[in-house]
Amino acid sequence: MKITPELVEHVANLARLELSGEEKERMEDQLGKILEYIGLLDELDISDVPPTSHVIDVHNVFREDEVKESLPVGKGLANAPERAGTAFKVPRIIEG
Amino acid sequence: MEYEPVIGLEVHAQLKTDSKLFCGCSTRFGKEPNANTCPVCLGMPGVLPVLNRKVVQYTVMMGLATNCRIAGESIFARKNYFYPDLPKGYQISQYEAPICEDGWVEIKANGEARRIGITRIHMEEDAGKLVHEGAFDSSHSSFVDLNRACVPLMEIVSEPDIRSPEEAGAYMRKLRDIVIYLGICDGNMEEGSLRCDANISIRPRGSDTFGTRAEIKNMNSFRFLQAALEYEFERQVDLIRDDGHVVQETRLFDSNRGVTSSMRSKEEAHDYRYFPEPDLVPLRIGPDWVEQVRQSLPESRDEKIGRYVGEMKLSEYDAQVLTSDPVTARFFENVVRGGAKPKAASNWVMGEFMRLVKEAGVEAAKITPEQVAHIIMLVETQAISGSAAKAVFEQVFDTGQDPDRVVKEQGLAQVSDEGAIREEVQRVLDDHPDDVARFRAGKQKVLGFLVGQVMKATKGKANPKLVNEILRELLSK
Repeated sequence: MKITPELVEHVANLARLELSGEEKERMEDQLGKILEYIGLLDELDISDVPPTSHVIDVHNVFREDEVKESLPVGKGLANAPERAGTAFKVPRIIEG
Repeated sequence: MEYEPVIGLEVHAQLKTDSKLFCGCSTRFGKEPNANTCPVCLGMPGVLPVLNRKVVQYTVMMGLATNCRIAGESIFARKNYFYPDLPKGYQISQYEAPICEDGWVEIKANGEARRIGITRIHMEEDAGKLVHEGAFDSSHSSFVDLNRACVPLMEIVSEPDIRSPEEAGAYMRKLRDIVIYLGICDGNMEEGSLRCDANISIRPRGSDTFGTRAEIKNMNSFRFLQAALEYEFERQVDLIRDDGHVVQETRLFDSNRGVTSSMRSKEEAHDYRYFPEPDLVPLRIGPDWVEQVRQSLPESRDEKIGRYVGEMKLSEYDAQVLTSDPVTARFFENVVRGGAKPKAASNWVMGEFMRLVKEAGVEAAKITPEQVAHIIMLVETQAISGSAAKAVFEQVFDTGQDPDRVVKEQGLAQVSDEGAIREEVQRVLDDHPDDVARFRAGKQKVLGFLVGQVMKATKGKANPKLVNEILRELLSK
């Protein structure tokens, strides 16, 4: 995979990042180098190896369906830039 | 050219657990905004989700009830997108290796049984709720309530096997029956416990290719689902006939106008970059666990209908009505268990019981199935008349009092004492010599009037069969 200026813009947009022209160039260069390095793995034949989603062999960690106390009302909003009652207040959202 | 729709549904069912999917916050609604939140469901840095065992149990139940294969190993995935109702910046869902795959349900539409394939069933967390300030167009702010964030959902994805809006409705009803009978979701579409998105495309009838599909959201009733699909089918047919083409997009159904319209979302925003959720370890569901769940599956609605018709000899219609919700079905079965014949039990449950429940609500029903069985027995042994039984039933329904006591206190016991009835009949005949003469002259109808007079004189307590017999006997003298 090649990192192109368009790809940098696409990823920046998905991550809601606003990059200057100089930053975009730097990202293109750095991301390209990172991918190139990771690309070393392509030298291995892994056609018979299933993808590893987790590296430690632990499975089935559960909790029982029991209600525990939530945070005191409003505590979770302590760091919110803006609030209305006990709701977070954010700039108006329009889908799409 | 004639076209047919090709439809697949994605159904989200909110699972009936006490606590959320990955934390111990309550799933109960109606609290003030953000009252049911904690660092996990608020997406605070450094927290770890821990899976609610019951959600796995419920989803496996659904998988088995819909003939799915239960995956031996299953993992969670992050679906990445930014929206204020999603505090972590990603939704924990399943992508590769969902918990259930390759199932089917059978539906009946237009009198024909059809199998609809189920591609997959997976678990995921719900998002929070956004409320917009003031009028939508002029508002400057939105309010975020995360009480619903992380509430457990099960997503059921069908194959594109559905060929008409009616079939889509039948499929949706079937899923609703299944989750309600399994007791894993309340099935309430209006309140959003059961939601549905539809993918629909069209193709020339008989063709086996697929056209470009549109996805329709926001259909919160069976009626709207069918209406939206009917509208969208016509819209796509018109487009193709006018040499246009269908655009792959998400459309919203406006139930007030009965039309779908484009949401005009940027497709770029739907690059979800799924990857395995590192914070949750894989799930292994061995054959023992699957078998244990299989053993615990309650009888489904279809099985009940089959048993009511087959073993209890009820009509298909009665079986349908009695099983329209599991509470009524259980009540009916307990009446039968209490000793009543199925047909009589069915008549009383479908008649008086359902009428009173409809009027007063199921919470108002104080009557027990055993009491219903007892009232039925009183009628069958002619201890009370049918009309008296209705009065008894109503009072026991309201108060839960012992039926025998109600019969006694209201003096409703049926008089089957032949001597007493004979006396009463004779008195009526003496009081109505003209009618007696008319009967003897051939006016058979007068008999009904005379029976009525006796019943009136005995305040409805006389055994009508005996009254009839004695009347005929004395009149023929």
